[in-house]
Parts: sequence; C-alpha cells; structure tokens
Amino acid sequence: MYVLNRAQRHTVNSAWMIISLLLVAFLPFVLLLGLYLKSTYLLHDYSLGELIFSGTWKPSSGKFGFYPFIIGSIWVTLVAMLITAPVCLLTAIYVTQYTRKFFLRIMHPAIDILAGIPSVVYGLWGILVIVPFISRYLGPWLGVKTMGYSILAAAFVLSIMIIPFVLNILIEIFRAIPIELKEAALSLGATRWQTIKHVLVRKALPGIIAAFGFGLARAFGETMAVLMVVGNVVRLPGSVFDPGYTLPALIANNYGEMLSIPRYDSALMFAALLLLVVSLFFNLIMHFFIVRYNKF
Amino acid sequence: MIIATFFILAILAIIIYSIFEKGVKSISWEMLTQVPQGGYYYGKGGGILNAILGSLALASGATALAFLIGLPVALYLNVFLIRHKKVINIIRFLLDLIWGIPSIVYGAFGFTLMIFFGIQTSLLAGILTVTLFILPIMIRSMDEIFSTVPIGLQEAAYSLGSNKSEIAFKIFTRQSFSGIVTAVLLSFGRGIGDAAAVLFTAGYTDHLPNGLLEPVATLPLSIFFQLSSPVPEVQNRAYASALVLTLIILLVSLFSRGLGKRYHKTKINF
Repeated sequence: MYVLNRAQRHTVNSAWMIISLLLVAFLPFVLLLGLYLKSTYLLHDYSLGELIFSGTWKPSSGKFGFYPFIIGSIWVTLVAMLITAPVCLLTAIYVTQYTRKFFLRIMHPAIDILAGIPSVVYGLWGILVIVPFISRYLGPWLGVKTMGYSILAAAFVLSIMIIPFVLNILIEIFRAIPIELKEAALSLGATRWQTIKHVLVRKALPGIIAAFGFGLARAFGETMAVLMVVGNVVRLPGSVFDPGYTLPALIANNYGEMLSIPRYDSALMFAALLLLVVSLFFNLIMHFFIVRYNKF
Repeated sequence: MIIATFFILAILAIIIYSIFEKGVKSISWEMLTQVPQGGYYYGKGGGILNAILGSLALASGATALAFLIGLPVALYLNVFLIRHKKVINIIRFLLDLIWGIPSIVYGAFGFTLMIFFGIQTSLLAGILTVTLFILPIMIRSMDEIFSTVPIGLQEAAYSLGSNKSEIAFKIFTRQSFSGIVTAVLLSFGRGIGDAAAVLFTAGYTDHLPNGLLEPVATLPLSIFFQLSSPVPEVQNRAYASALVLTLIILLVSLFSRGLGKRYHKTKINF
C-alpha cells in the first residue's frame, strides 16, 4: 500500500481543514439564500407588509396573513422572559455572592440536566403538570375560564427551558467581575446588598442584557414544547389565558399538507425565513453588547 | 434570592419526578424489544424498538459526520489561525450566530434541500439536517478546550520539527482527548433529543430502517405522535418513551462526566 509522506499528509490534512472551515462559514448564508429563494414565490405575489400585518390565514383560498402567529410568538416569548429574567438574575447573584464554592458544584450538574432534557419531554411535562394546574387551579382562582392550553402554559414551560441557558451566561458574567471592585465598595462602607445593587449589577449590566437577549432569541425559535401546550388556535390572543399559535408551531404543524396547496410551502418557508432573520438579528445585537462589556 | 434558587431546583425535581412516576408505571420489557404491531396506535401490542434504534442510528450518524467536519475546523482555528486574532473572532462570532438558529429552521432548510435533490424523507436526510444543527455546538465546545492548550506545548513541538497539521492532529487531539469526548457526547445528546429538525426530514415508520434512504422513526417524534392519540394506553406509552429518552440523555451526560475525569493520563500538565 502506498503510504503518504509527511509533506503530503500535511497537504491533505490542511485541505480537509480548510474545506470544512469554508463549509461552516458559508452555512448561515446558504441557509438565508435557500429559504429566501423558496419564499420568493410568495413575496412575488404579496407585499411584505401585507404578509406581516394581515390577520387572515386561509391557505386554501390563498390568504396568508402572519400577524396572529407573529403576535402569538411575541406574547409567548415576552411572558416567558418575564418569568425567567428575575429568577435567573436572583439565582445568579445568590449563587455567586452568597454561597460557598461547593454549592456551585451542586448547581452546575442541575443546570446541565435542565439543559439536556429534550424539548419534547418538556412539552410532555407541560401537558402533565402545567396545563391541568392552570385549568383547574390558577384559572378558577383568578376567575378566568381557560382550557389550560394557553399562552401562559407555553410561556411557563418555555421559561423553564431557557433558564439553564440564561443562568449559565449570568453566572459566568458575575464570576468575571474583578474581586477588587467588590472589595473597594465594601471597604467604603457599603453593605453587601448596596455593593451588589450599585456596583456589581451596574458593572454587569451590558452582560445581563445580552444574556436576556440570547435567551429571548432562543425562546422565539423553540418549537416542540410550545407546540404541545400553546393550543394552536389561529386568532389574536386577548389575554395570557387564551390559546395562541406561534411561528415555529405553524411550520411544524403543517409540513404534511404543504405540498398540496399552491404557495403553501412557500408560505411556510417564509415563516422559517422570518424566524431565521429574527434570531440572527437578536444574536447580532447581543453580541455587540457582550463586546462592549468585555471592553470595560 | 434563596427562593429563586430553590425554585429552579424544585422545578428540576418535579420534572424528573413526574416523568419517572408516569413512565415507570407503563414501561415494560415488551415495549423496549418489539416494533409496533398491527393496531399499535389503538392500544394493541408492540413496542418502540423502531424509534429507539432509529434515534440511536440517526444521532450516531449525525455525530460522526459533525465530528468529521467539526474537529478540523476547531483545530484550524487554534493551530493555523492562532496569530490572526481578528479572523478567529469573526469565525467564532459566525459560529455563535449559527448556534442561535432555531432547529425548526434547519428542518425547513433540510426539507427544501430534499425537494431540490429529489430525495424522500429518509435516514440520510435526517442525519444531514441534524449534522448541521449540532455542528456549531460541537465546534464551539472543542474550540473552548483547544484554546486552553498552552502555547509552550506548541512551541516545543515546532522546535522538534513538527509541521502544523502534525501539531493539530497528534498533539492537540491527545492533549485534549477528554474534552473532545465530552464535546462529542454533548452533541450526541443534543442530536438525539431534537424533534423539530427531524420532523420534516427523517419521516416516521413502524419498521426498522434497512438502509440510508429509508424513512426512520425517532424517539421524540414517537413521543409526540403517541401523546396526541386519544387512546389512554397509547398515551401511557408516550410517557414510557419519554422516560427512555430522558434516561438515554442522562446516561450520556453521566458518561461524559465520568470520562472527563478518567482520561487525564494522556495529558501533559504544566
């Protein structure tokens, strides 16, 4: 068998590396281009504003209004962030400032497990626990009639799903703050809480915003868990107890019939394109927050 | 603050408890070792072997492929581009962007590719889509490990006459072996648990796949489909399937922790 000599092996290995790198580097652009080309059929016939702000969704008669889905997605994401943000911030402060090192060693596996549980299992848990809880206890207690399958249920499940993600970043950020800063504040007579509030949180603010932003982007694209508990009703939700519909759920629910109705596949690819653009946009902005944070 | 912390721990406990409590009741040997029989979705006999094997095949294939593309990229960043911090930062930024893309977008993209090339829903299409999905996770976690390799080790190797690709494939891979294993297992766990990407591309079948071009069942989808059935027995099987999936993922993560601790022998400490 012919064996390559060192120089040849070097050439082969380098080529392998460069080809892989190019493959990866072009991936986001290929994704954008592919989805854009697919949705041009739709964009050719309708204007962008018409698609985004029209509320009627009747694919069989050629009406594609994404407004209810976009609003549904925004509702679910925002409510989820409302739950996640304070919980994560407080936990990160507690774990990094108040407890000993060994507690962090307990928290890390817990966060890892939470992060590892697949979204279908989260959805299942939502159906088993959250949905009955809302329809039997929370709804009647607040005097609202609800099925349980609602924006709130989806938001709650979603908030649990993004907690490990946001919390990991926050803990990293709080641990990266130089200890001298804290010592200086404490030596000037500030209490522990004053130090945290006026020095640590202020110093970490861009990082905190970035962490929430990454969480937001992640929540916006989450599919299966939301799909299973959100109710999937095409209309504008009036309150968090109403069922809704999100963009990812729209794509996932209708892939089976999308080839049977004209322009339907194009419409779903347009939804995917929207998701892609929103996620890229959010990550881009948050990245600049992190860069600014690192400069200080 | 204490409440918030214990809220998270309590939620984790509740999730694990409710999955186990529901799953253990309905799991049986029959479920793990048989493929669905006729009338399975109305509560008749059979099991989810097709989904278990399908998921394992799909995730292993995707992990292997992602490893073949991911390892050289991570090595290239840390060996060849080490003097070009700006280029590295741009590539890392791109990878972070790709990491943030929701898996359903990969699913939709995979579907358009399938139509473009005229392939049907199949194991191959599923593997390709999941590969794209776990690639950034794989590269970034390997990259983290490689960036901790001390520069002195590289300099020593250069001074002995190694070229760059030898340093990459012989020195870096050995020095960070445990980290590579962790990265691979992490990606495997991600790949096996994701449903949205395979929903379009891998299809679903009651049979065991015979080749790369046949549709294949996956665990997350089998949970999803069984759960949407109105028959209580079938729903119970969804709980059991969820237990199986959760156990696989917990095992993988435990395994990677254990391995990470054991394989320090090959590592040179400075």
